Amino acid sequence: MLQRSGSTHAVSGRIMALLTLGLLAVCALSLFLGRYPSAGFISPAALREDELARGLIVKLRLPRLLVSLLLGMSLGAAGQVFQMLFANPLVEPGFLGVSQGAAFGAGIAVLYLGNAAWVVQAMAAVCAFCGLLFTYVLAHRIRFGGWILRLVLAGISVSALFTAGVGVLKYVADPLHELPELTFWLLGGLWHATWLHFYSILPVVVPSLAILCSLRWRLNILTLSDEVVHSLGVSPGRERAVLLGAAVAATAVVISVSGIVGWIGLIVPHIARRLFGVDTRLSLPGSMVIGGLFTVICDDIARTAMAGEIPLGILTSMLGAAFFLLLMSQRKRIRT
Amino acid sequence: MKKPLMALQELSFRYGTHGAPVLRNLSLNLEEGLVTAVLGPNGVGKTTLLYLMLGWLHPDEGKLMLDGRPLGEYGQRERGQWMSLVPQREHIPFEYSMLEYVLLGRAPYLRPLESPVEKDIRIASHALESVGLDPGDRRPITKFSGGERQLLMIARALAQQPRIILLDEPTSHLDLRNKRMLVDIMRDQAAEGVTLLFTTHEPEVASACANRVVLMRDGRILSFGTVDEVMQENLLSTTYGSDITVSEVHGKRVTLWF
Repeated sequence: MLQRSGSTHAVSGRIMALLTLGLLAVCALSLFLGRYPSAGFISPAALREDELARGLIVKLRLPRLLVSLLLGMSLGAAGQVFQMLFANPLVEPGFLGVSQGAAFGAGIAVLYLGNAAWVVQAMAAVCAFCGLLFTYVLAHRIRFGGWILRLVLAGISVSALFTAGVGVLKYVADPLHELPELTFWLLGGLWHATWLHFYSILPVVVPSLAILCSLRWRLNILTLSDEVVHSLGVSPGRERAVLLGAAVAATAVVISVSGIVGWIGLIVPHIARRLFGVDTRLSLPGSMVIGGLFTVICDDIARTAMAGEIPLGILTSMLGAAFFLLLMSQRKRIRT
Repeated sequence: MKKPLMALQELSFRYGTHGAPVLRNLSLNLEEGLVTAVLGPNGVGKTTLLYLMLGWLHPDEGKLMLDGRPLGEYGQRERGQWMSLVPQREHIPFEYSMLEYVLLGRAPYLRPLESPVEKDIRIASHALESVGLDPGDRRPITKFSGGERQLLMIARALAQQPRIILLDEPTSHLDLRNKRMLVDIMRDQAAEGVTLLFTTHEPEVASACANRVVLMRDGRILSFGTVDEVMQENLLSTTYGSDITVSEVHGKRVTLWF
């Protein structure tokens, strides 16, 4: 661990340990939380007797919990990577055409490809990557500005195009059957998450997060200018591409399952930097843990608070924005 | 003559395929343990020269030899252990502490998946101390003055433990006291065997610490030699395209441009 003055190092370490324990505890408790047999926690005794409850936990709650955990960890980590590399505290991982590309792909699947769950997920993932590809190609054609400006401009343009496409799809969608499906997908949610979804995203998310974690110290270096990065014996283009690639891959596959769940990738990195400092050796794993915690809690509320499911995207936006305001109105840093 | 540590042979360079040539058939030898100053008007290609030496830009013609081997043959980590760069200025939007920032200079000694260890922290702390900063100071670097930032960049370059330090106009944003501090640091490093090359448009800084001076004009080297040989009125006036008087005050060469 990076050693600073003894007390700060110990404090950061303790916070990380507490948060990780908290995450594990929340995950464990979440399995007992739900609306069956009534809204609230089911006791272990009742669980032993109720076979339906056990089936519910194994077949529905556990995969959903794991997917929401991966969702939070991916968006948190990807958000940190993006905010550091683009030196911009307001970017979200999906902004390079990934989120809107996924939305467009899901829309096409809902309207024209039969609306089967796996088709929607596959189209969302494919179009998310297409969005990134278009952004990358467009950025190469822009003749002015540094690489950050080019990518940001390209990302905004491609996202806007896809947003327009989604608008068209909403307009032509059948208001009785197709439009609600599409709208709910766009609002984000995990009500349909199954083991199949979990296994489909695991092979991308785990290696991506592993790559981000192992390169977490290098991320600091890659925020410097190209010549300085080169002088430090690091290849700026190549290593940034690896980090961005891993971040985007994880983002694209998780939002292909969850839909557009905003604000996690925006607010979680801020919280992590407040707690652990800017050095990504700590703030990147911190973002993963906090992202997981935030998302699991939001998803618990989404499926328990009301009789009907609250779309996850609404909760993450509401709570995320509230947290953001709280954070911005604080003068002192939490960590001294 | 000793074999030069770094040799630039007939370098020519232009930006893009249709740009005006920036450097033409430029040859320069860098001797080990000496401080070399590169003087020239704005836009003459001093920074381009530095980037070519760093291997960041590639010459259209000519060769760069480092310790007898072509620069291209060095792996990027090896090259990073040989040479470090102190850029003219750096915009750092993140609130790193001094130690975290200087620790980034240890990158050439760490593989991509590795993170700094105790030894790296010690070297970074020592680098901070050698520029007069306190490694225990936890102020975020965004609150530092221009002079302190310059010192930070130098400390980071020192943490790289390079054999050659390239500095791009290191004194441009410094007040007189900090200029003096920088000159002292450069002299100290040279005394320890480090080879330094810095670009400047202030002839006084060259007089203060350079063992060799290079005058650049129109992408070529107009003159190369010791301070006494090169800092002559006619040569400096030709270099800058302006009337310059050179005088000796207390045994030191002073240039008057007004």
